[in-house]
Amino acid sequence: MTGDGEGRRGVAVALLSTVIFFTLLAVAITHAPGWPEVKRTFFNWDEFKASMPEIARAFLLNVRIFLIAEVFILVFALVLAVIRSLPGPVFFPLRALGIAYADFFRGVPTILVIALLGFGAPALQLSWVPLSTTFWGIVALVLVYTAYVSEVYRAGIESVHPSQDAAARSLGLTHWQSLSRVVLPQAVRRVIPPLLNDFIGLQKDTALVGFLGSIEAFKQSQIDAAATFNYTPFVAAAVLFVALTIPLARFTDWLVARDRRRRQATGS
Amino acid sequence: MRRAFAILLVVMLSILAAGCGGSSNNASDTTATSAAASCDKGSLNLVHSGQLTVGTDNPAFPPWFGGNEKSPWKVSDPYSGQGYESAVAYAVANKLGFAKREVKWIVVPFNTSFAPGPKKFDFDINQISFKPARAGAVDFSASYYNVHQALVVVKGTPIASATSIAALKPYKFGAQLGTTSYDYIVNNIKPTKKPAVFDTNDAAVAALKNKQIDGLVVDLPTAFYISAVQVPNGKILGQFPTAGTPEHFGMVFEKGNSLVRCVNDALTTLRGDGALTSLEAKWLQADAPVLK
Repeated sequence: MTGDGEGRRGVAVALLSTVIFFTLLAVAITHAPGWPEVKRTFFNWDEFKASMPEIARAFLLNVRIFLIAEVFILVFALVLAVIRSLPGPVFFPLRALGIAYADFFRGVPTILVIALLGFGAPALQLSWVPLSTTFWGIVALVLVYTAYVSEVYRAGIESVHPSQDAAARSLGLTHWQSLSRVVLPQAVRRVIPPLLNDFIGLQKDTALVGFLGSIEAFKQSQIDAAATFNYTPFVAAAVLFVALTIPLARFTDWLVARDRRRRQATGS
Repeated sequence: MRRAFAILLVVMLSILAAGCGGSSNNASDTTATSAAASCDKGSLNLVHSGQLTVGTDNPAFPPWFGGNEKSPWKVSDPYSGQGYESAVAYAVANKLGFAKREVKWIVVPFNTSFAPGPKKFDFDINQISFKPARAGAVDFSASYYNVHQALVVVKGTPIASATSIAALKPYKFGAQLGTTSYDYIVNNIKPTKKPAVFDTNDAAVAALKNKQIDGLVVDLPTAFYISAVQVPNGKILGQFPTAGTPEHFGMVFEKGNSLVRCVNDALTTLRGDGALTSLEAKWLQADAPVLK
């Protein structure tokens, strides 16, 4: 690594270059011919203040949706990942089903799954089928994200060296014991950062549930924008989403860094 | 050395960006006022000269648009001249001096009709209600239709037996995004359940059919179409009395477009000689019991 003096010079250069870059960028944007119009329609402080309370209330629905969905996703995805890593020809049908599921739900755009389920399932007119659009929005998100997250789990399971399983089996553990006590604990710990990454994606995708009519933060901002023909409420909604995802992103970074430190410390 | 080069690159790129943005600062402001004097066809401020470019959403629904659907248009065909908005647009075009073939229709989703910046249409006619706040972003023509909100329900459901606005409170309502119907629900019906808001007519109709909402609030002519065609067993429970200032639809123009004045002149003439009234009578049904 470099000495202390060079490190400090590096920081100074980075700072200077950042300041120059953003100053020039700001000057370029604010001198654009359409800037007054963009400022009025996107960054209108009065609109922001006026729309924020209602959008923030609507945002609670987003929070509810992703908290509920995440619990089911974590469980179902693990089950799916385990099914896909079952050994032996007997389990081929299950494995094939698992693959088909993951292929299908990773391939279909989330908004289509939401639209098809949200308007399709209640159209069956069965008395026991819930009509709530929020319910079906959550179901759709769980279906789609289970497919993604199962791949993350699977990568984790496959990253555990086969010798771990072999050692466990040679000690007399069954396949299930080896999986649940030796392989999975290591696998899950390794994939926590990508899991959180998908969690952030899920938080953003809760905005898609608004398509079914539920008034979540994005829908509320659309309502406000359409009422005034001013897009500032979109910015207000974006601020809320970012305010929630940034702490989670930093937490993920911290977990990754901690994990790296620990592994370096033990030398493995 | 490499670092110095990187800084240089950043500085150069930024200057380049600044240059692109700052060049034509006040070229666009002067054109709008100078052409305001005349409404001759030749001096109109148009997107494409010699052609009136009119926007509306696709699908274009009856009774606002009629005729058989013709690609790329769905459900109906704005070029047909049938349906109220199509007919009004052609009547206005005629007054401005355009032949029928000089009118071009383009698809403008509601959400993009008020986006800042230059517009692709001369005017947009898409059941857009005038609101003072909206007039800050775009210009509206004078009214071409005075709106009443109405309630569509499904026959045989509990809400279908309600007879007053007060009796509607316990139900779940839906409205289309961007309509004043949503405002009417929130401000006048004040239901106990949070209303649902749909991006499109289709989504709103699907929710009503599925009984995910008990009632759909739309403008009265649209209510006739939805209850008669789109929702089996649909029924107009009634129209709502006007609350506060009467509501009207206006055509939407780019802010500051001198064309507005000419279109307003045309609308005044059409209102004066009874043309608008007879078009309304021809294309729009307006009889429904008023809910108290």
